[in-house]
Amino acid sequence: MSAPGTTRALRPDLAVIAANVAPGASVLDVGCGDGTLMQALAQDKGCPTRGMELDPADVATCVGKGLSVIQGDADADLAFYPDGSVDYAILSQTLQTTKRPDKVLEDLLRIGRKAFVSFPNFAHWKVRTSLLWNGRMPVTKLLPVAWYETPNIHHLTVNDFRELVKQRGITVEGAWFLGEGGGERSAAAANWRAEHAVFLLSRG
Amino acid sequence: MASAPLLDVSTVLDLPAPLPLDSGQSLPGVRISYEAYGRLNAARDNAIFICHALTGDQHVVTDHPRTGKPGWWVRMVGPGKPIDTDRYYVICANVIGSCMGSTGPASLAMDGCPWAMRFPVITIRDMVRGHVALLDALGIEQLHAVVGGSMGGMQALSLAANFPERTRAALVIASTARHSAQNIAFHEVGRQAIMADPEWREGEYYAYGKGPEKGLSVARMAAHITYLSEAGLTDKFGRRLQNRAEKTFGFDADFQIESYLRHQGISFTDRFDANSYLYITRAMDYFDLAEEHGGLLANAFARSKARWCLVSFDTDWLYPTAESRLIAHALNAAGLPVSFVELSAPYGHDSFLLDVPALDKVVGGFLG
Repeated sequence: MSAPGTTRALRPDLAVIAANVAPGASVLDVGCGDGTLMQALAQDKGCPTRGMELDPADVATCVGKGLSVIQGDADADLAFYPDGSVDYAILSQTLQTTKRPDKVLEDLLRIGRKAFVSFPNFAHWKVRTSLLWNGRMPVTKLLPVAWYETPNIHHLTVNDFRELVKQRGITVEGAWFLGEGGGERSAAAANWRAEHAVFLLSRG
Repeated sequence: MASAPLLDVSTVLDLPAPLPLDSGQSLPGVRISYEAYGRLNAARDNAIFICHALTGDQHVVTDHPRTGKPGWWVRMVGPGKPIDTDRYYVICANVIGSCMGSTGPASLAMDGCPWAMRFPVITIRDMVRGHVALLDALGIEQLHAVVGGSMGGMQALSLAANFPERTRAALVIASTARHSAQNIAFHEVGRQAIMADPEWREGEYYAYGKGPEKGLSVARMAAHITYLSEAGLTDKFGRRLQNRAEKTFGFDADFQIESYLRHQGISFTDRFDANSYLYITRAMDYFDLAEEHGGLLANAFARSKARWCLVSFDTDWLYPTAESRLIAHALNAAGLPVSFVELSAPYGHDSFLLDVPALDKVVGGFLG
């Protein structure tokens, strides 16, 4: 239980996002899961929120909480959102599961004036050493599912992401790199030492 | 039943003025028969209007006066249930065109004879005009929510789109914003079955003590198939034989599914008027919410300020998930708060009436 007005126990990347969304800003949470972030933003910051989630059980949970959530797929259903319909489009831990991460990213920046994107960093040293020593696709705390059944079909690293946004002329307004336990890592060492990255992007 | 198909066991409202219709005609002497449960609060803002399906009626939780069966949504509506009558004033009205107390083709026209086929062709929006007239009479300016499944969902859509100031929320279950060619095709089979029955007599059967029961029964059989899923039918009946060890090499109801459908068809004729079936299926076929609003569905919601929720079922092939998703996208384009979920349930279109706990959670959560 957390006191009213304080950010509840959010996953570290969600806590970063929640802390950096402007109060009262409208939000679309793509891949909103059970709606934890939406609830936090609505209750703590008075944000009008909407969500999209693939898993029907999660959508039912969200609707049961009174949240507005559409069952949908980031690859297919973002196309139906009008340009500039929210202040922030949020995609947490979902980019690596999409068929075309680059197109999803473009959609986020079309729908939202700004976008938060968080993802697990495949170049974290534990993943690298696991691959180096075992010669097998890593199964770690961060990537707990075997290669044949993982939903993560587009693994990426912090540097891969930096390169993509640079190529596409996307402005990085902020970046947060989280190590084990959620502690922050420096930008310089992020590609080695960050388990998760959170980027705040805009079209400049 | 053919000579006296009207039952006025519910509360009735006689509209003081003729009801204007989409056809350009107006319907005089309209009676609306309705049930209400719970208590309207002092602010008159806790009303939920439930819209019933094609062959449904206002007996949501009360026993059906003809069949004696429990109301059609007892599992959803009542004290402490997802549509909680301890908190909400819950209203359901028989649609105009039907035969359970509201004015329909079996009602007497001004000349004292049944309307029969002189009854004007009505639309979903006309049904909703009747509902709104009832709300006016009850002094309810704005509903907490309008709720409906199947054809009830069409009315919920129509009410929230065409009378946006009248509801703060709309919950549309297993429904569609327009009837597809396939939907129309199945209805046309039903109508032709009724009209091909010599007892139909161009709709003037009321004086004969017998209606087109065979035709109506076939119509119901064809429609009933569309309410169930293929897997559900296989599960329930498979190829099992009805009370016999072997096929008879005849045309009796050898298979359980045949026997079941025949029973569904025949028992339906005890409770429903054939002409009502013609008129209501026509209203559903004419339904195209986008067409009413310049061809763009998002335009239908331009004046809405309501919260919306759409629910579909993965085994519903009558109004498949794509139809609900289309509505959700249009609502999104209109910038409205909308939820949409496809629930998994084995029962096909009829899932909205049956035991689907996830639906209870969604309905209860959405209504708050």
